[in-house]
Amino acid sequence: MGLRTPLYQKHVDAGAKLVDFGGWDMPIQYKSLMEEHHAVRQHAGVFDVSHMTVVDIDGADATRWLRYLLANDVQKLDEVGRALYTGMLNDNGGVVDDLIVYRRAQGYRLVVNCGTREKDLSWMNSKAQGYDVSITERPDLAILAIHGPESISKVCALLAPELAEKVQALGNFRSLENEQWFIARTGYTGERGLELIIPNEDAPALWDSLIAADILPIGLGARDTLRLEAGMNLYGHDMDEDTSPIAANMEQTIAWEPADRQFIGRPAVEQHKIDLAAGKLPILTGIVLEERGVLREGLRVVCEVNAVEKEGIITSGTFSPTLKHSIALARIPAGSVNCRVDLRGKLIPVRIVKPNFVRFGKKIFD
Amino acid sequence: MSSFPDDLKYAATHEWVRVETDGTVIMGISDHAQELLGDIVFIELPEEGTEVTAEQEMSVVESVKAASDIYAPITGTIVEVNKALLDAPETVNGSPYDEGWFCRIQPKNAADIDALLDADAYAKICE
Repeated sequence: MGLRTPLYQKHVDAGAKLVDFGGWDMPIQYKSLMEEHHAVRQHAGVFDVSHMTVVDIDGADATRWLRYLLANDVQKLDEVGRALYTGMLNDNGGVVDDLIVYRRAQGYRLVVNCGTREKDLSWMNSKAQGYDVSITERPDLAILAIHGPESISKVCALLAPELAEKVQALGNFRSLENEQWFIARTGYTGERGLELIIPNEDAPALWDSLIAADILPIGLGARDTLRLEAGMNLYGHDMDEDTSPIAANMEQTIAWEPADRQFIGRPAVEQHKIDLAAGKLPILTGIVLEERGVLREGLRVVCEVNAVEKEGIITSGTFSPTLKHSIALARIPAGSVNCRVDLRGKLIPVRIVKPNFVRFGKKIFD
Repeated sequence: MSSFPDDLKYAATHEWVRVETDGTVIMGISDHAQELLGDIVFIELPEEGTEVTAEQEMSVVESVKAASDIYAPITGTIVEVNKALLDAPETVNGSPYDEGWFCRIQPKNAADIDALLDADAYAKICE
Protein backbone atom coordinates (compact mmCIF):
# COMPACT_ATOMS: atom_id res chain seq x y z
CA MET A 1 0.00 0.00 0.00
CA GLY A 2 1.29 3.41 -0.96
CA LEU A 3 0.84 6.80 0.62
CA ARG A 4 -2.68 8.18 0.36
CA THR A 5 -3.96 11.70 -0.01
CA PRO A 6 -7.01 12.78 2.04
CA LEU A 7 -9.02 12.22 -1.16
CA TYR A 8 -8.02 8.57 -1.64
CA GLN A 9 -11.45 7.23 -0.71
CA LYS A 10 -13.12 9.75 -3.07
CA HIS A 11 -11.05 8.35 -5.95
CA VAL A 12 -11.94 4.77 -5.06
CA ASP A 13 -15.64 5.68 -4.79
CA ALA A 14 -15.50 7.42 -8.18
CA GLY A 15 -14.17 4.21 -9.76
CA ALA A 16 -10.70 5.56 -10.50
CA LYS A 17 -7.93 3.34 -11.74
CA LEU A 18 -5.22 3.83 -9.12
CA VAL A 19 -1.50 3.49 -9.80
CA ASP A 20 1.69 3.99 -7.85
CA PHE A 21 3.06 7.46 -8.52
CA GLY A 22 6.23 8.32 -6.60
CA GLY A 23 5.10 6.11 -3.71
CA TRP A 24 1.53 7.45 -3.69
CA ASP A 25 -1.64 5.63 -4.72
CA MET A 26 -2.97 8.12 -7.27
CA PRO A 27 -5.81 8.10 -9.82
CA ILE A 28 -4.42 7.70 -13.35
CA GLN A 29 -7.91 7.99 -14.84
CA TYR A 30 -11.52 7.76 -13.78
CA LYS A 31 -13.55 6.72 -16.83
CA SER A 32 -11.80 8.00 -19.94
CA LEU A 33 -8.58 9.96 -20.25
CA MET A 34 -9.93 11.52 -23.45
CA GLU A 35 -13.16 12.73 -21.84
CA GLU A 36 -11.21 14.09 -18.88
CA HIS A 37 -8.82 15.93 -21.18
CA HIS A 38 -11.65 17.54 -23.17
CA ALA A 39 -13.50 18.48 -19.96
CA VAL A 40 -10.52 20.63 -18.91
CA ARG A 41 -10.11 22.22 -22.36
CA GLN A 42 -13.84 22.93 -22.74
CA HIS A 43 -15.37 23.18 -19.25
CA ALA A 44 -13.67 22.45 -15.93
CA GLY A 45 -11.92 19.61 -14.16
CA VAL A 46 -10.42 19.01 -10.72
CA PHE A 47 -7.13 17.23 -10.01
CA ASP A 48 -6.00 15.93 -6.64
CA VAL A 49 -2.32 16.89 -6.60
CA SER A 50 -1.89 16.54 -2.84
CA HIS A 51 1.05 14.21 -3.48
CA MET A 52 3.11 17.28 -4.39
CA THR A 53 5.31 18.68 -1.66
CA VAL A 54 4.59 22.06 -0.08
CA VAL A 55 7.56 23.66 1.66
CA ASP A 56 7.31 26.95 3.57
CA ILE A 57 10.39 29.11 3.86
CA ASP A 58 10.58 31.62 6.68
CA GLY A 59 13.22 33.52 8.62
CA ALA A 60 15.09 36.80 8.35
CA ASP A 61 17.24 35.53 5.45
CA ALA A 62 14.45 33.86 3.45
CA THR A 63 14.73 36.26 0.51
CA ARG A 64 18.53 36.32 0.49
CA TRP A 65 18.69 32.52 0.68
CA LEU A 66 16.13 31.89 -2.12
CA ARG A 67 18.05 34.33 -4.33
CA TYR A 68 21.03 32.00 -3.83
CA LEU A 69 19.09 28.71 -4.08
CA LEU A 70 16.94 29.39 -7.17
CA ALA A 71 17.86 30.30 -10.75
CA ASN A 72 14.96 32.72 -11.03
CA ASP A 73 15.01 35.74 -8.73
CA VAL A 74 12.42 36.06 -5.94
CA GLN A 75 13.31 39.76 -5.84
CA LYS A 76 11.00 40.04 -8.87
CA LEU A 77 8.06 39.20 -6.59
CA ASP A 78 7.28 42.83 -5.85
CA GLU A 79 3.88 42.16 -4.26
CA VAL A 80 2.63 39.69 -1.67
CA GLY A 81 0.99 36.76 -3.47
CA ARG A 82 3.04 36.95 -6.67
CA ALA A 83 4.56 33.69 -7.89
CA LEU A 84 7.23 32.54 -10.30
CA TYR A 85 8.37 29.30 -11.90
CA THR A 86 12.03 28.38 -11.52
CA GLY A 87 14.63 25.68 -11.58
CA MET A 88 16.67 24.79 -8.52
CA LEU A 89 20.09 23.99 -9.99
CA ASN A 90 23.14 22.06 -8.86
CA ASP A 91 26.71 23.27 -9.25
CA ASN A 92 26.96 21.73 -12.72
CA GLY A 93 23.90 23.67 -13.84
CA GLY A 94 21.71 20.55 -13.85
CA VAL A 95 18.14 20.77 -12.61
CA VAL A 96 17.67 19.40 -9.07
CA ASP A 97 13.97 20.18 -9.44
CA ASP A 98 11.56 22.66 -10.98
CA LEU A 99 9.13 24.42 -8.70
CA ILE A 100 6.80 27.34 -8.12
CA VAL A 101 7.59 29.86 -5.42
CA TYR A 102 4.91 32.17 -3.99
CA ARG A 103 5.65 35.25 -1.96
CA ARG A 104 3.58 35.35 1.23
CA ALA A 105 2.94 38.18 3.69
CA GLN A 106 5.82 36.66 5.61
CA GLY A 107 8.17 34.27 3.92
CA TYR A 108 7.58 32.13 0.85
CA ARG A 109 5.77 28.95 -0.15
CA LEU A 110 7.40 26.46 -2.53
CA VAL A 111 5.60 23.62 -4.32
CA VAL A 112 8.05 20.96 -5.51
CA ASN A 113 7.61 17.59 -7.20
CA CYS A 114 6.59 14.50 -5.26
CA GLY A 115 9.19 12.19 -6.79
CA THR A 116 12.03 14.50 -5.75
CA ARG A 117 10.76 15.30 -2.25
CA GLU A 118 13.54 13.74 -0.20
CA LYS A 119 16.30 14.88 -2.51
CA ASP A 120 14.92 18.44 -2.58
CA LEU A 121 14.59 18.71 1.19
CA SER A 122 18.09 17.42 1.83
CA TRP A 123 19.48 19.69 -0.91
CA MET A 124 17.75 22.72 0.61
CA ASN A 125 18.88 21.86 4.13
CA SER A 126 22.46 21.32 2.96
CA LYS A 127 22.47 24.77 1.34
CA ALA A 128 20.96 26.62 4.30
CA GLN A 129 24.04 26.74 6.50
CA GLY A 130 24.87 30.28 7.50
CA TYR A 131 21.38 31.56 6.64
CA ASP A 132 18.66 32.41 9.13
CA VAL A 133 15.93 30.36 7.43
CA SER A 134 13.46 27.70 8.44
CA ILE A 135 12.44 25.04 5.91
CA THR A 136 9.11 23.50 6.86
CA GLU A 137 7.41 20.75 4.92
CA ARG A 138 3.60 20.93 5.07
CA PRO A 139 2.18 17.39 4.86
CA ASP A 140 -0.90 18.77 6.63
CA LEU A 141 -1.96 20.50 3.39
CA ALA A 142 -3.83 19.11 0.39
CA ILE A 143 -3.71 20.60 -3.11
CA LEU A 144 -6.67 20.66 -5.48
CA ALA A 145 -6.12 22.09 -8.96
CA ILE A 146 -9.26 23.24 -10.77
CA HIS A 147 -8.68 24.10 -14.41
CA GLY A 148 -10.64 24.90 -17.54
CA PRO A 149 -12.51 27.87 -19.01
CA GLU A 150 -15.35 27.52 -16.47
CA SER A 151 -13.15 26.63 -13.50
CA ILE A 152 -12.75 30.01 -11.82
CA SER A 153 -16.41 30.96 -12.00
CA LYS A 154 -17.45 27.52 -10.73
CA VAL A 155 -15.06 27.71 -7.77
CA CYS A 156 -16.08 31.28 -6.99
CA ALA A 157 -19.73 30.24 -6.87
CA LEU A 158 -18.80 28.07 -3.88
CA LEU A 159 -16.97 30.82 -1.98
CA ALA A 160 -18.28 33.60 0.25
CA PRO A 161 -19.09 36.63 -1.99
CA GLU A 162 -16.30 38.89 -0.73
CA LEU A 163 -13.69 36.14 -1.14
CA ALA A 164 -15.08 35.18 -4.56
CA GLU A 165 -14.66 38.77 -5.71
CA LYS A 166 -10.98 38.74 -4.72
CA VAL A 167 -10.38 35.39 -6.42
CA GLN A 168 -12.09 36.59 -9.63
CA ALA A 169 -9.72 39.56 -9.62
CA LEU A 170 -6.54 37.46 -9.22
CA GLY A 171 -4.11 37.81 -12.09
CA ASN A 172 -2.14 34.91 -13.53
CA PHE A 173 0.67 33.79 -11.18
CA ARG A 174 -0.98 35.61 -8.25
CA SER A 175 -2.24 34.11 -5.02
CA LEU A 176 -4.11 35.15 -1.90
CA GLU A 177 -4.65 33.68 1.53
CA ASN A 178 -7.89 33.59 3.42
CA GLU A 179 -7.55 32.08 6.89
CA GLN A 180 -6.19 28.55 6.26
CA TRP A 181 -6.88 28.55 2.51
CA PHE A 182 -4.21 29.47 -0.02
CA ILE A 183 -5.69 30.19 -3.47
CA ALA A 184 -3.42 30.64 -6.50
CA ARG A 185 -3.89 31.34 -10.22
CA THR A 186 -1.30 28.75 -11.24
CA GLY A 187 -1.44 25.36 -12.92
CA TYR A 188 -0.13 22.83 -15.37
CA THR A 189 -2.68 22.60 -18.17
CA GLY A 190 -2.52 25.69 -20.40
CA GLU A 191 -6.00 26.70 -19.26
CA ARG A 192 -7.18 29.30 -16.76
CA GLY A 193 -7.56 27.87 -13.32
CA LEU A 194 -6.78 27.78 -9.64
CA GLU A 195 -4.71 25.75 -7.25
CA LEU A 196 -6.19 25.54 -3.75
CA ILE A 197 -3.78 24.60 -0.99
CA ILE A 198 -5.95 23.80 2.00
CA PRO A 199 -5.87 21.81 5.26
CA ASN A 200 -6.19 18.05 4.66
CA GLU A 201 -9.38 17.92 6.71
CA ASP A 202 -11.09 20.47 4.41
CA ALA A 203 -10.28 18.54 1.23
CA PRO A 204 -13.04 15.87 1.12
CA ALA A 205 -15.89 18.37 1.58
CA LEU A 206 -14.41 20.73 -1.00
CA TRP A 207 -13.99 17.83 -3.42
CA ASP A 208 -17.65 16.88 -2.98
CA SER A 209 -18.88 20.40 -3.61
CA LEU A 210 -16.69 20.72 -6.73
CA ILE A 211 -18.05 17.44 -8.11
CA ALA A 212 -21.59 18.59 -7.27
CA ALA A 213 -20.86 21.75 -9.31
CA ASP A 214 -20.32 19.53 -12.40
CA ILE A 215 -16.54 19.73 -12.30
CA LEU A 216 -15.17 16.43 -13.61
CA PRO A 217 -12.45 14.60 -11.63
CA ILE A 218 -9.29 14.34 -13.77
CA GLY A 219 -6.58 11.69 -13.41
CA LEU A 220 -2.84 11.96 -13.85
CA GLY A 221 -3.15 10.52 -17.38
CA ALA A 222 -5.01 13.58 -18.66
CA ARG A 223 -2.80 15.82 -16.53
CA ASP A 224 0.11 14.57 -18.63
CA THR A 225 -1.59 15.07 -22.02
CA LEU A 226 -2.75 18.54 -20.95
CA ARG A 227 0.68 19.69 -19.76
CA LEU A 228 2.35 18.31 -22.87
CA GLU A 229 -0.10 20.12 -25.16
CA ALA A 230 0.75 23.25 -23.15
CA GLY A 231 4.46 22.56 -23.78
CA MET A 232 5.28 22.32 -20.09
CA ASN A 233 8.23 20.22 -18.96
CA LEU A 234 7.89 17.18 -16.73
CA TYR A 235 10.73 16.68 -14.28
CA GLY A 236 12.65 13.43 -14.78
CA HIS A 237 11.55 13.25 -18.42
CA ASP A 238 12.21 16.56 -20.14
CA MET A 239 14.93 17.60 -17.72
CA ASP A 240 16.83 16.25 -14.75
CA GLU A 241 20.03 16.68 -12.76
CA ASP A 242 22.14 16.05 -15.84
CA THR A 243 20.26 18.48 -18.07
CA SER A 244 20.95 22.19 -18.25
CA PRO A 245 17.87 24.41 -18.14
CA ILE A 246 19.35 25.98 -21.27
CA ALA A 247 18.91 22.62 -23.02
CA ALA A 248 15.42 22.23 -21.56
CA ASN A 249 13.74 25.34 -22.95
CA MET A 250 13.95 26.95 -19.49
CA GLU A 251 16.22 29.89 -20.23
CA GLN A 252 13.35 32.30 -19.55
CA THR A 253 13.23 31.00 -15.98
CA ILE A 254 16.78 32.11 -15.24
CA ALA A 255 17.17 35.68 -13.97
CA TRP A 256 20.55 36.83 -15.33
CA GLU A 257 20.19 40.32 -13.89
CA PRO A 258 21.47 41.59 -11.57
CA ALA A 259 24.75 40.16 -12.82
CA ASP A 260 26.23 40.01 -9.33
CA ARG A 261 23.56 37.69 -7.91
CA GLN A 262 25.44 34.45 -7.29
CA PHE A 263 22.84 31.68 -7.48
CA ILE A 264 23.84 28.02 -7.37
CA GLY A 265 24.84 26.82 -10.83
CA ARG A 266 25.29 30.31 -12.28
CA PRO A 267 28.82 29.84 -13.70
CA ALA A 268 27.77 26.55 -15.30
CA VAL A 269 24.63 27.87 -16.98
CA GLU A 270 26.47 30.98 -18.19
CA GLN A 271 28.82 28.60 -19.99
CA HIS A 272 25.84 26.58 -21.30
CA LYS A 273 24.43 29.76 -22.80
CA ILE A 274 27.69 30.32 -24.67
CA ASP A 275 27.70 26.65 -25.73
CA LEU A 276 24.15 26.94 -27.03
CA ALA A 277 25.02 30.00 -29.11
CA ALA A 278 27.94 28.02 -30.56
CA GLY A 279 25.65 25.11 -31.41
CA LYS A 280 27.35 22.86 -28.87
CA LEU A 281 24.32 22.29 -26.65
CA PRO A 282 21.17 20.45 -27.77
CA ILE A 283 17.80 22.14 -27.64
CA LEU A 284 14.41 20.99 -26.38
CA THR A 285 11.92 21.53 -29.15
CA GLY A 286 8.39 20.60 -30.11
CA ILE A 287 7.77 18.05 -32.83
CA VAL A 288 4.51 17.07 -34.46
CA LEU A 289 3.46 14.06 -36.50
CA GLU A 290 0.37 14.92 -38.49
CA GLU A 291 0.01 11.44 -39.98
CA ARG A 292 -1.01 8.27 -38.19
CA GLY A 293 1.16 7.04 -35.33
CA VAL A 294 2.12 8.18 -31.86
CA LEU A 295 5.45 9.67 -30.77
CA ARG A 296 6.57 8.16 -27.47
CA GLU A 297 9.20 8.99 -24.88
CA GLY A 298 12.56 7.39 -25.65
CA LEU A 299 12.10 7.12 -29.43
CA ARG A 300 15.13 8.03 -31.52
CA VAL A 301 15.06 11.18 -33.65
CA VAL A 302 17.34 11.14 -36.70
CA CYS A 303 18.21 14.54 -38.15
CA GLU A 304 20.84 16.41 -40.12
CA VAL A 305 23.14 19.19 -39.02
CA ASN A 306 25.18 20.69 -41.86
CA ALA A 307 24.44 17.58 -43.95
CA VAL A 308 25.82 15.29 -41.23
CA GLU A 309 23.44 12.75 -39.69
CA LYS A 310 22.88 13.27 -35.94
CA GLU A 311 20.55 11.85 -33.33
CA GLY A 312 18.19 13.20 -30.72
CA ILE A 313 15.56 11.66 -28.47
CA ILE A 314 11.92 12.18 -27.59
CA THR A 315 11.66 13.18 -23.94
CA SER A 316 7.83 13.22 -23.75
CA GLY A 317 5.33 12.16 -26.37
CA THR A 318 1.63 11.51 -26.68
CA PHE A 319 -1.41 11.62 -28.89
CA SER A 320 -2.89 15.10 -28.51
CA PRO A 321 -6.62 14.79 -27.82
CA THR A 322 -7.15 18.45 -28.80
CA LEU A 323 -5.17 18.35 -32.06
CA LYS A 324 -6.05 14.72 -32.99
CA HIS A 325 -2.47 13.90 -33.90
CA SER A 326 0.73 13.16 -32.06
CA ILE A 327 2.94 15.76 -30.39
CA ALA A 328 6.19 15.46 -28.49
CA LEU A 329 9.05 17.26 -26.84
CA ALA A 330 12.43 16.15 -28.18
CA ARG A 331 16.01 17.00 -27.36
CA ILE A 332 17.88 17.38 -30.65
CA PRO A 333 21.15 18.96 -31.78
CA ALA A 334 20.92 22.71 -32.44
CA GLY A 335 20.44 23.50 -36.12
CA SER A 336 18.80 20.17 -36.95
CA VAL A 337 16.86 19.81 -40.18
CA ASN A 338 15.13 16.88 -41.91
CA CYS A 339 14.08 15.27 -38.63
CA ARG A 340 12.60 11.78 -38.68
CA VAL A 341 11.44 9.59 -35.82
CA ASP A 342 12.18 5.88 -35.66
CA LEU A 343 8.70 4.37 -35.35
CA ARG A 344 9.10 0.59 -35.16
CA GLY A 345 12.06 0.61 -37.53
CA LYS A 346 10.63 3.09 -40.05
CA LEU A 347 11.95 6.66 -40.19
CA ILE A 348 8.86 8.88 -40.28
CA PRO A 349 9.34 12.61 -41.06
CA VAL A 350 8.17 14.98 -38.31
CA ARG A 351 7.78 18.74 -38.19
CA ILE A 352 9.79 20.89 -35.76
CA VAL A 353 7.67 23.53 -34.00
CA LYS A 354 7.91 25.77 -30.97
CA PRO A 355 7.36 23.66 -27.86
CA ASN A 356 3.89 25.10 -27.19
CA PHE A 357 1.03 23.32 -28.86
CA VAL A 358 -2.25 24.37 -27.23
CA ARG A 359 -3.32 27.36 -25.12
CA PHE A 360 -6.85 28.11 -23.98
CA GLY A 361 -8.25 25.25 -26.01
CA LYS A 362 -6.66 26.33 -29.32
CA LYS A 363 -3.73 25.25 -31.46
CA ILE A 364 -0.97 27.87 -31.20
CA PHE A 365 1.83 26.72 -33.52
CA ASP A 366 2.05 27.25 -37.29
CA MET B 1 -15.81 -5.25 -14.79
CA SER B 2 -14.78 -6.74 -18.14
CA SER B 3 -17.16 -8.95 -20.08
CA PHE B 4 -16.24 -12.37 -21.52
CA PRO B 5 -19.01 -13.59 -23.84
CA ASP B 6 -19.45 -17.37 -23.72
CA ASP B 7 -19.87 -17.84 -27.47
CA LEU B 8 -16.32 -16.66 -28.21
CA LYS B 9 -12.89 -18.25 -27.95
CA TYR B 10 -9.90 -16.30 -26.69
CA ALA B 11 -6.13 -16.17 -27.03
CA ALA B 12 -4.01 -15.59 -23.92
CA THR B 13 -2.72 -12.46 -25.72
CA HIS B 14 -6.26 -10.96 -25.42
CA GLU B 15 -7.71 -11.51 -28.89
CA TRP B 16 -11.14 -13.11 -29.37
CA VAL B 17 -12.53 -15.14 -32.29
CA ARG B 18 -16.06 -16.00 -33.38
CA VAL B 19 -16.62 -18.85 -35.85
CA GLU B 20 -19.14 -17.85 -38.53
CA THR B 21 -21.54 -20.24 -40.28
CA ASP B 22 -19.44 -20.12 -43.47
CA GLY B 23 -16.40 -21.38 -41.57
CA THR B 24 -14.56 -18.05 -41.54
CA VAL B 25 -13.49 -16.52 -38.25
CA ILE B 26 -14.07 -12.96 -37.03
CA MET B 27 -11.46 -11.63 -34.61
CA GLY B 28 -10.94 -8.60 -32.43
CA ILE B 29 -9.52 -7.68 -29.02
CA SER B 30 -11.21 -8.40 -25.71
CA ASP B 31 -13.05 -5.99 -23.46
CA HIS B 32 -10.28 -6.55 -20.91
CA ALA B 33 -7.66 -5.59 -23.52
CA GLN B 34 -9.43 -2.37 -24.50
CA GLU B 35 -9.76 -1.46 -20.82
CA LEU B 36 -6.04 -1.96 -20.27
CA LEU B 37 -5.15 0.07 -23.35
CA GLY B 38 -7.49 2.96 -22.58
CA ASP B 39 -8.57 5.37 -25.31
CA ILE B 40 -7.54 3.89 -28.66
CA VAL B 41 -6.40 6.47 -31.22
CA PHE B 42 -4.93 4.50 -34.14
CA ILE B 43 -5.30 0.96 -35.43
CA GLU B 44 -3.11 -0.58 -38.12
CA LEU B 45 -4.82 -3.46 -39.86
CA PRO B 46 -3.31 -6.09 -42.16
CA GLU B 47 -4.24 -5.95 -45.84
CA GLU B 48 -6.83 -8.30 -47.26
CA GLY B 49 -5.13 -11.36 -48.71
CA THR B 50 -2.32 -11.33 -46.13
CA GLU B 51 -1.37 -14.67 -44.61
CA VAL B 52 -1.16 -14.53 -40.83
CA THR B 53 0.36 -17.04 -38.45
CA ALA B 54 -1.00 -17.94 -35.03
CA GLU B 55 0.80 -16.08 -32.22
CA GLN B 56 2.61 -13.79 -34.68
CA GLU B 57 2.07 -10.02 -34.83
CA MET B 58 -0.64 -9.01 -37.28
CA SER B 59 -1.66 -5.52 -36.24
CA VAL B 60 -0.77 -2.60 -33.96
CA VAL B 61 -3.10 -0.67 -31.70
CA GLU B 62 -2.05 2.71 -30.34
CA SER B 63 -3.83 4.21 -27.36
CA VAL B 64 -3.05 7.55 -25.77
CA LYS B 65 -0.90 5.67 -23.26
CA ALA B 66 0.86 2.94 -25.26
CA ALA B 67 1.40 1.03 -28.49
CA SER B 68 0.49 -2.65 -28.41
CA ASP B 69 1.04 -5.47 -30.85
CA ILE B 70 -1.97 -7.58 -31.69
CA TYR B 71 -1.29 -11.25 -32.43
CA ALA B 72 -3.07 -13.49 -34.89
CA PRO B 73 -5.15 -15.93 -32.82
CA ILE B 74 -5.04 -18.55 -35.60
CA THR B 75 -3.17 -19.22 -38.83
CA GLY B 76 -5.01 -18.29 -42.03
CA THR B 77 -5.70 -15.66 -44.67
CA ILE B 78 -7.21 -12.24 -44.04
CA VAL B 79 -10.34 -12.09 -46.18
CA GLU B 80 -11.88 -8.86 -44.87
CA VAL B 81 -10.84 -6.02 -42.56
CA ASN B 82 -13.04 -3.59 -40.65
CA LYS B 83 -11.97 -0.40 -42.43
CA ALA B 84 -14.33 1.67 -40.29
CA LEU B 85 -11.78 1.35 -37.48
CA LEU B 86 -9.21 3.37 -39.41
CA ASP B 87 -11.27 6.54 -38.96
CA ALA B 88 -13.07 5.54 -35.77
CA PRO B 89 -10.64 3.49 -33.66
CA GLU B 90 -12.56 4.44 -30.50
CA THR B 91 -15.26 2.00 -31.69
CA VAL B 92 -13.09 -0.72 -30.14
CA ASN B 93 -13.40 0.90 -26.70
CA GLY B 94 -17.16 1.14 -26.96
CA SER B 95 -17.94 -2.18 -28.69
CA PRO B 96 -14.99 -4.57 -28.61
CA TYR B 97 -17.05 -7.68 -29.53
CA ASP B 98 -19.36 -6.25 -32.21
CA GLU B 99 -18.71 -3.05 -34.17
CA GLY B 100 -15.09 -3.09 -33.00
CA TRP B 101 -14.16 -6.33 -34.81
CA PHE B 102 -10.78 -6.24 -36.57
CA CYS B 103 -10.84 -8.73 -39.43
CA ARG B 104 -12.22 -11.90 -40.91
CA ILE B 105 -9.81 -14.80 -41.32
CA GLN B 106 -10.15 -17.93 -43.48
CA PRO B 107 -8.57 -20.48 -41.12
CA LYS B 108 -5.94 -22.89 -42.37
CA ASN B 109 -6.56 -25.48 -39.65
CA ALA B 110 -9.79 -25.82 -37.69
CA ALA B 111 -7.70 -27.30 -34.88
CA ASP B 112 -6.23 -23.83 -34.18
CA ILE B 113 -9.64 -22.70 -32.98
CA ASP B 114 -10.07 -25.65 -30.63
CA ALA B 115 -6.72 -24.84 -29.05
CA LEU B 116 -7.96 -21.40 -27.92
CA LEU B 117 -9.34 -20.67 -24.45
CA ASP B 118 -13.01 -20.67 -23.54
CA ALA B 119 -14.53 -17.70 -21.73
CA ASP B 120 -13.98 -19.11 -18.22
CA ALA B 121 -10.35 -20.00 -18.83
CA TYR B 122 -9.66 -16.59 -20.38
CA ALA B 123 -11.45 -14.74 -17.56
CA LYS B 124 -9.16 -16.53 -15.09
CA ILE B 125 -5.98 -15.25 -16.70
CA CYS B 126 -7.41 -11.72 -16.63
CA GLU B 127 -7.93 -11.77 -12.86
